[in-house]
Amino acid sequence: MEFFKIRRTIPFMRYALIFNVISLITFIAAVFFLVHRGLNYSIEFTGGTLIEVGYKEPANVEGIRRALDGAGYKAEVQNFGSSREVLLRLHLEKNESTSELAQKVLGVLKAENANAELRRVEFVGPQVGRELAEYGALALLVTAVGIVLYLWLRFEWRFGLAAIIANLHDVVIILGFFAFFQWEFSLPVLAAVLAVLGYSVNESVVVFDRVRENFRKMRKASTREVIDSSITGVISRTIITHGCTQMMVTTMLMFGGQALHYFALALTIGILFGIYSSVLVASPIVMWLGAKREQFIKPARKGRHDEHEGAVV
Amino acid sequence: MNRFPTWKYAVIAFVIAAAFLYTLPNFFGESPAVQVASAKSTVKVDSSVVARVEQALQAASLRPNGLVVDDTGVRVRFGDTDSQLRAKDVIDRALNPDANDRGYSVALNLLSASPTWLTAIHALPMYLGLDLRGGVHFLLQVDTAAAITTRVESLAAELRGQLREKNIRYGGIAREGQTIRIRFRDPAVREQARAYILNNVPDLNVAERDDGQDLQLVCTVKPEFQKRVQETALQQNMLTLSKRVNELGVAEPVIQQQGADRIVVQLPGVQDTARAKEILGRTATLEVRLVDEDAMRGGSSFGDDQFPERRRDGTITQIPVKKQVYVTGEHFIGASATFDQDQRPAVAVELDDAGGRTMRQVTRENVKHLMAIILFEKGKGEAISVATIQSEFGSRFQITGAFTPQETRDLALLIRAGALAAPMEIIEERTVGPSLGRDNISKGFHATLWGFTAIVVFMSIYYLVFGLISSLALAVNLLLLIALLSLLQATLTLPGIAAIALTLGMAIDANVLINERIREELRGGATPQAAIAAGYERAWNTILDSNVTTLIAGLALLIFGQGPVRGFAVVHVLGILTSMFSAVTVSRAVVNLTYGHRRRVQRLAIGNTAWK
Repeated sequence: MEFFKIRRTIPFMRYALIFNVISLITFIAAVFFLVHRGLNYSIEFTGGTLIEVGYKEPANVEGIRRALDGAGYKAEVQNFGSSREVLLRLHLEKNESTSELAQKVLGVLKAENANAELRRVEFVGPQVGRELAEYGALALLVTAVGIVLYLWLRFEWRFGLAAIIANLHDVVIILGFFAFFQWEFSLPVLAAVLAVLGYSVNESVVVFDRVRENFRKMRKASTREVIDSSITGVISRTIITHGCTQMMVTTMLMFGGQALHYFALALTIGILFGIYSSVLVASPIVMWLGAKREQFIKPARKGRHDEHEGAVV
Repeated sequence: MNRFPTWKYAVIAFVIAAAFLYTLPNFFGESPAVQVASAKSTVKVDSSVVARVEQALQAASLRPNGLVVDDTGVRVRFGDTDSQLRAKDVIDRALNPDANDRGYSVALNLLSASPTWLTAIHALPMYLGLDLRGGVHFLLQVDTAAAITTRVESLAAELRGQLREKNIRYGGIAREGQTIRIRFRDPAVREQARAYILNNVPDLNVAERDDGQDLQLVCTVKPEFQKRVQETALQQNMLTLSKRVNELGVAEPVIQQQGADRIVVQLPGVQDTARAKEILGRTATLEVRLVDEDAMRGGSSFGDDQFPERRRDGTITQIPVKKQVYVTGEHFIGASATFDQDQRPAVAVELDDAGGRTMRQVTRENVKHLMAIILFEKGKGEAISVATIQSEFGSRFQITGAFTPQETRDLALLIRAGALAAPMEIIEERTVGPSLGRDNISKGFHATLWGFTAIVVFMSIYYLVFGLISSLALAVNLLLLIALLSLLQATLTLPGIAAIALTLGMAIDANVLINERIREELRGGATPQAAIAAGYERAWNTILDSNVTTLIAGLALLIFGQGPVRGFAVVHVLGILTSMFSAVTVSRAVVNLTYGHRRRVQRLAIGNTAWK
């Protein structure tokens, strides 16, 4: 079986400008939503208390809300995963003994419905949240710098720069989606975002690898032709690989439950945009940055003849 | 060209066999057990304890499935949870006749049901995180500044005594924050004091300051001292926490330092989280001080601390207490709930030698004066007992106050478990109920299983024999990863399971690269054998580059990640490493075994490549 019978080189680079403009528009939209709406941070980052409660029968969310209001707790109440599970979010309040909060709230819920079963409590103090956010940003920075350095070492600085521009813009787009839909941005999502960064850079690397190889093979071709032929050569592998990874992520979305939902969602967006940007955005950037054959071919050694040069017999 | 030397096949076979062996314990499941461990440093779990456990079980006609004795204590395995629960009570009663003074902690646990020969080669099941097995996780922030302040306060008290003893006449000593100010009238005396402190109190830096009329010595503590106090405070708190956890009877608790001033406590399998938090979260310290009786009679309470005292009739009065602390919580070595001669609930306490000596001296000098015992909880002090010193006493005495019998029991437990050297606060908490843990395991397992199946089906249809070989390599990758996780006993969490799935999804990339490359070589007119060799060789560079970039992201997560992110990163990084081995070496070995030894290969079963 073979999906892709590509007989001719596809002139990807002819549309380079269009790809980048699309990319830029998406990017600007993502930044706009990030600034305008902001991320819906989970309590891991903001600090607060999260309580998951399970019931034997579908939970009466309205009743729970009323009971908590009556007891003086300001909580967001929503169904979580199924109708029998309820998630409560309580933000940090000053002058409140947070460590006992969960027990008190559970008391209120049990009074409302004796079947309430505590499934999970997460309490995060404000300083922990701030640290997590700082460490997350630091991890992103270190990853970006590390990848640029490695690609610089293995290829050339233009490739490192192009890969990181293309893939950091993926990261921003994922975040933009989370801002637009106000999906919850939690620690696992952060992990997914960083994993996507590594994964889609890997995609660029595959293309670049072929570009390097073709620079050496196709002596007469221009940079544009080399890039076109390289992308054409790897495109089937790109789509199959991403398809396989996406199969795994899709089963995670289907079977992984609520806990892995946003994690898998971030990966899905990352994989879709990863194909696009690491192939169709990174390569034009490399071209515009001025990648040339000479950067990969060691200059021919001249030394041998030098001693006789200029000698007159 | 497509043959491995025999030793290479041998190494691969050995690695896979070892991986299989170390993965094995994960399939046996767990059986309920009761775990007996020592709760005191003076109590050892030895053969006599084993005999007592066996006797107690026999008396209750409970038949254990097995009994293991090791460094951590005795573990008795049972067939079902009913006999496990009954056995726990029976053993607890037999070993701890006095419920107030427990020598042994008896806890419920789950033991791997794998055969002993596997355990003997350290083949253990994966260590499941709290989100998978249920339990409590706390992150505690230790207020080390408070510990330093306390130590500075006692340094000031020591200085007061020493200067008096040496007959160096000072005007007054006061602590302000973490500095001590000593006032003098005579410069010569001040010089004398300065020399004395420099020579005898190595923890202090001394500076002179003239404040108008006042001649002063300003003593600040040295940074090494601060660091030392901080470290010992943390150690002391961890020790105290582990004693308290022992009181709770938890199997396999984790108590670890995190950073300079934080402690992680993990209690797997704990159901009664409220009680756990109550015992752990009570950040109580005790202090013995003298009451400022002048101030009580209406004099100036300058330089005193005020603490509320709850009277028996329910009224609350403020008690002025002098700043000097004589005995602190760390000197208390024993406490039990009791009743005094008037049949009021009381706590009988015992001090260590140093505490007893101080106590004897203080009580001798202050007979008929008021002494206060102050309990600090959550940064607030309360005078739990204010009593007149009737006569000199030493290391054993009773604390009486407005207690109910329940309160004396709790207080005794708190004192016995040791005081905290510095107050602590819970800054992060995760509680996961056992049912959620089970759900998480099954969800993670199913996601991985179906994803894996989908990939295998697709690869086998698309790349035929090579697809099957790739799937086999992927299965080996999974096997290696689980073996490695079991061997390292790295904590597996739900994000960790997600990482397994994701890593498998990404690892197939290497095989896709190789297979596509082989097809390309075939289309380019290479012979089957040459296509295999070239395909693997050319793809290797790409695989290496792409895995290194993924690895960089994984390592950054591992270094900076906290909590769930770390669980993800560990598995991700390990998975990338195992995938390089399985996708390239293992799959090549199978390809070589399939094709490399044939004389002539007409075509490769890698899908249709004849369209060009």
